[in-house]
Amino acid sequence: MDKPIVDIKDPVLRIENLHVSYDGIKNSVTDVSASVKKHAITAIMGPSGCGKSTLLRAINRMHDLYPQIKTTGKIFLNGDDISSISNIVLRRKIGMVFQRPNPFPTMSIYDNVIAGYKLNGFSLKKHERDEIVEKSLTDVSLWNEVKDALNKKGTFLSGGQQQRLCIARALAFQPDVILLDEPTSALDPIATAKIEDLLLELKDKYSIVLVTHNMAQAARISNFSMFMYLGELVEYGRTKDMFTKPVDKRTEEYLTGKFG
Amino acid sequence: MKSEKLTKVILFLSSLTILLVASGMIYSLAGGSVLAFKTFGIKFIYTSVWNPTEGSENYGALAFIAGTIITSVFALLVCLPLALSTALFIGEYYRDKPVSRIVGTMVDLLAGIPSIVYGLWGFYVLRPLIVDLGLSPQGYGIFTSGIVLAIMIIPYATSISTEIIKMVPNDLKEAAYSLGATRLEVITNVLIPNARSGIFASFILAFGRALGETMAVTMLIGNANVVPESLFATGNTMASVIANQFGEADGLKLSSLIAIGLLLFIITALINAAGKFIIKRFS
Ligand SMILES: Nc1ncnc2c1ncn2[C@@H]1O[C@H](COP(=O)(O)OP(=O)(O)O)[C@@H](O)[C@H]1O
Ligand SMILES: [Mg+2]
Repeated sequence: MDKPIVDIKDPVLRIENLHVSYDGIKNSVTDVSASVKKHAITAIMGPSGCGKSTLLRAINRMHDLYPQIKTTGKIFLNGDDISSISNIVLRRKIGMVFQRPNPFPTMSIYDNVIAGYKLNGFSLKKHERDEIVEKSLTDVSLWNEVKDALNKKGTFLSGGQQQRLCIARALAFQPDVILLDEPTSALDPIATAKIEDLLLELKDKYSIVLVTHNMAQAARISNFSMFMYLGELVEYGRTKDMFTKPVDKRTEEYLTGKFG
Repeated sequence: MKSEKLTKVILFLSSLTILLVASGMIYSLAGGSVLAFKTFGIKFIYTSVWNPTEGSENYGALAFIAGTIITSVFALLVCLPLALSTALFIGEYYRDKPVSRIVGTMVDLLAGIPSIVYGLWGFYVLRPLIVDLGLSPQGYGIFTSGIVLAIMIIPYATSISTEIIKMVPNDLKEAAYSLGATRLEVITNVLIPNARSGIFASFILAFGRALGETMAVTMLIGNANVVPESLFATGNTMASVIANQFGEADGLKLSSLIAIGLLLFIITALINAAGKFIIKRFS
């Protein structure tokens, strides 16, 4: 393999020869291998339809929900093959945030934050729940804004607040990894900036994989960047290096706005 | 230009006709029931006598209102678990799979069977079974007609609930899965709470259908003009008493039957409006 693979020691995730196909014929992710650094932000960039979401969703095995999707290759979480862990346990260790803010509309802000515990049938004491809710909302700098409205529905919040609530929901289990799929594409610039600041704070505690079609965002906050094109991982390296001296011609064309 | 004007006129006239027919019907129902309400007053609604003996004629709708509500509620209770599970089967578990298309087609098929055919089935298959089980001597009554009614409204409740269940956004379900929920947990904690009001409305609409259903019920309910004393007792619904007696009725009795028709119309209209309102708010 002549692909530029960065050498990452003790990675939180290791992906090996990953292929994903929606129809069993065409691969939407083709032979991707990469390691993801702990406590860092790794951005996945590339034009729309290049397979960013498909790659991201392989990491918490969301594809297993759709039996027609074929996934081959291996992914390791802290050295453990994820196919040897049950989906339920795996997804508690890997949180996910979606493109459209999607708090559960029938649940209060409070219940949204502890939804993971409720869904999994954990019975916690009230003070334990209160602690988790306060801590998770504080982690996403939402506590001061909503602490007097915890029983209101999460859907009453602004888009940016809703997205931070969804991040808090993903954090409540203290996962090792947080996957975010274009989390700011539905938000205004101010809300976007808040989420970006938040991710920079969170990376001290969590390992973050961020899909973005916004190069400037990747440049602003990520430590490592992947560039994908037509399902392939074309280039992967330190964000600084990739933006200043891209190795592959396609990366350079993308970064200079020739396509995408 | 000219043809456009003509189209507008035709459309306007057609709509006007519908409006006239509808208001004409309400007018004649109201007009026909004046005599009954004048004679018995509001008491008509809450007395259960039905005495056609000339000279001491006395009519009240309570037995039929009770019969209608009891059969319909019973039918709804029988229908609910079956329709909800079928809707989850078609709309979630086997969504977009061939098997759900087959079950969905069967459900639509049930909806297309004429009432009289259900009545025949109830009469020749279900009724003897109920006699054999010793549940009632003749096999007629609230229970028999309620079971048939339940089967008749299952398709409505199922097809509307299925649509509602399919409308729950996929990203909400995925959000729950991404938190480690199992399929059952997603269904009970996300899918059903989000579809709750729509599912509720689909059962209200099915209930509305049960209230007015006539033919099959008339064949099976046993035609007793009394408030039913048990689930296996005979009775009459508002629709079935009209069907049974209108042919030989005139004067005060006819007016009383029309008054029952008017009451049934009002109850059904209110129930349907409530169901539609909730569905509209849901989507
Ligand atoms: N549910 C799906 N069914 C079939 N094909 C899909 C599905 N989702 C994505 N694809 C295809 O897979 C490719 C990659 O999609 P995706 O990973 O969503 O791209 P990106 O997130 O980079 O925009 C695209 O060609 C897309 O058409
Ligand atoms: Mg995408």
